[in-house]
Amino acid sequence: MFMSSFMKSSIGRKVLVSLSGLFLMVFLLVHLAVNLTLIFDDTGDLFNQAAHFMATNPAIKIMEPALALGFVIHILYTIIVTVSNYMARPARYDKRNSKETGGWPSRNMFFLGSTILVFLVIHVWNFFWKMRVSGDPLLDHIMIDGEQMENSYNLVATLFKTSYIYSSIYILGVISLGLHLSHGFWSAFHTIGLNNDVWMPRLRNIAVVYAAIIAGGFIAIPVYFMIFF
Amino acid sequence: MADKILKQIKVKVWRQKGPKTKGKFETYIVNDISTGTSFLEMMDILNDNLIREGKEPIAFDHDCREGICGVCSLYVNGRPHGPDDDVTTCQLHMRKFKDGETITIEPYRSKAFPIIKDLIVERNAFDRILQAGGYISINTGGVPDGNAIPVSYDDAEAAMDAASCIGCGACVAACKNASAMLFVSAKVSHLARLPQGKVEAARRAKSMVAKMDELGFGNCTNTGACEAECPKGISISNIAKLNREYLCAKIKD
Repeated sequence: MFMSSFMKSSIGRKVLVSLSGLFLMVFLLVHLAVNLTLIFDDTGDLFNQAAHFMATNPAIKIMEPALALGFVIHILYTIIVTVSNYMARPARYDKRNSKETGGWPSRNMFFLGSTILVFLVIHVWNFFWKMRVSGDPLLDHIMIDGEQMENSYNLVATLFKTSYIYSSIYILGVISLGLHLSHGFWSAFHTIGLNNDVWMPRLRNIAVVYAAIIAGGFIAIPVYFMIFF
Repeated sequence: MADKILKQIKVKVWRQKGPKTKGKFETYIVNDISTGTSFLEMMDILNDNLIREGKEPIAFDHDCREGICGVCSLYVNGRPHGPDDDVTTCQLHMRKFKDGETITIEPYRSKAFPIIKDLIVERNAFDRILQAGGYISINTGGVPDGNAIPVSYDDAEAAMDAASCIGCGACVAACKNASAMLFVSAKVSHLARLPQGKVEAARRAKSMVAKMDELGFGNCTNTGACEAECPKGISISNIAKLNREYLCAKIKD
């Protein structure tokens, strides 16, 4: 009873978008931490061990479907909210000049999110799908510390080294993500009620810092491979 | 010093005969307007011209003309209450416009605010939200002695800031989602901060949000357009407070 009426209310739907968004933001930090091993060890052993751990550890295995569910809830409820927002103004204005205190990303979250979704499909197809499902000739098996594992480093590094097009798509996708997060971070806290006049400027500043860390960190990887290889 | 005179301005206005009819823009020319004229006085002058020409005057909402009643609306040059900050349309002056400029005037556009005629929209959706819970049920009697009920300075100030909402609907008009969250949050947070209103805070938040959803307002996406256009400068921090009140109330269910 509580859940059904809650999930049909405007605030309830947005809380689901916020909570799933916060969950995905934690995932991004883990993802970035693992990926940065790509640029700190050119032999690839460190990244391969990290990738092997992420693929085999039981706790991570449990979190994988939770992560997929996080994406589904975030995207599904955003679509529901956006459609209902569109219907709330059947006739558009002829001229619009309003200022927003949230800035450009706040107005364009759905556009930025859609861009990220397109990138996500390409991204999953290129890496996750090949590592876990289809396999790839670049993923030859190697031995590290007496344990056999796939050479994930080879797959990732080869793509970044050989394809400027892919690296560019990757960088554009990450820039969209950074802009999305610069609004999404503080907005998520605001929607679950954790904000006030004192915390508003703090949360907005932390949002910019968080978005810059995520975007800067992920962009550093293709840039590193493009410059040094 | 005498005010400057705008020799000629073009006024592009939304004309619509009734709620069901199709509207369109019409452009009128107004000559010799003093920059000291208020925007609504300019509209009065334009209407006077139209009546002399035997045309139908433009219907628009106005009442107190001193920025406290919230009746004047108008979406002028892409902004609710026009190109000035922290003012209602009646407080807007022609010094904000240039000679020869085309001024676009539209009604507030939202599913929950249907157009009645020309620039007048039906805003009783706000009254219905208030009727759903924006009040205190007990009879509070006469004015109590000062400090008989202790209220902290911060709460009193925050409640007063929220209470300055005049229910004009600029937040809905400015919001890209036509959301009424700033209005509802101002009422909810105003009452929830005071001892008399706190008692019914949970019930109030739930019923006002339910009514707001039912009436077809959009969902807040925290763009802050509402606080930028609010003639009373009400902060979206109230929206965070409403979210908090609503979530706490729902969890207790």
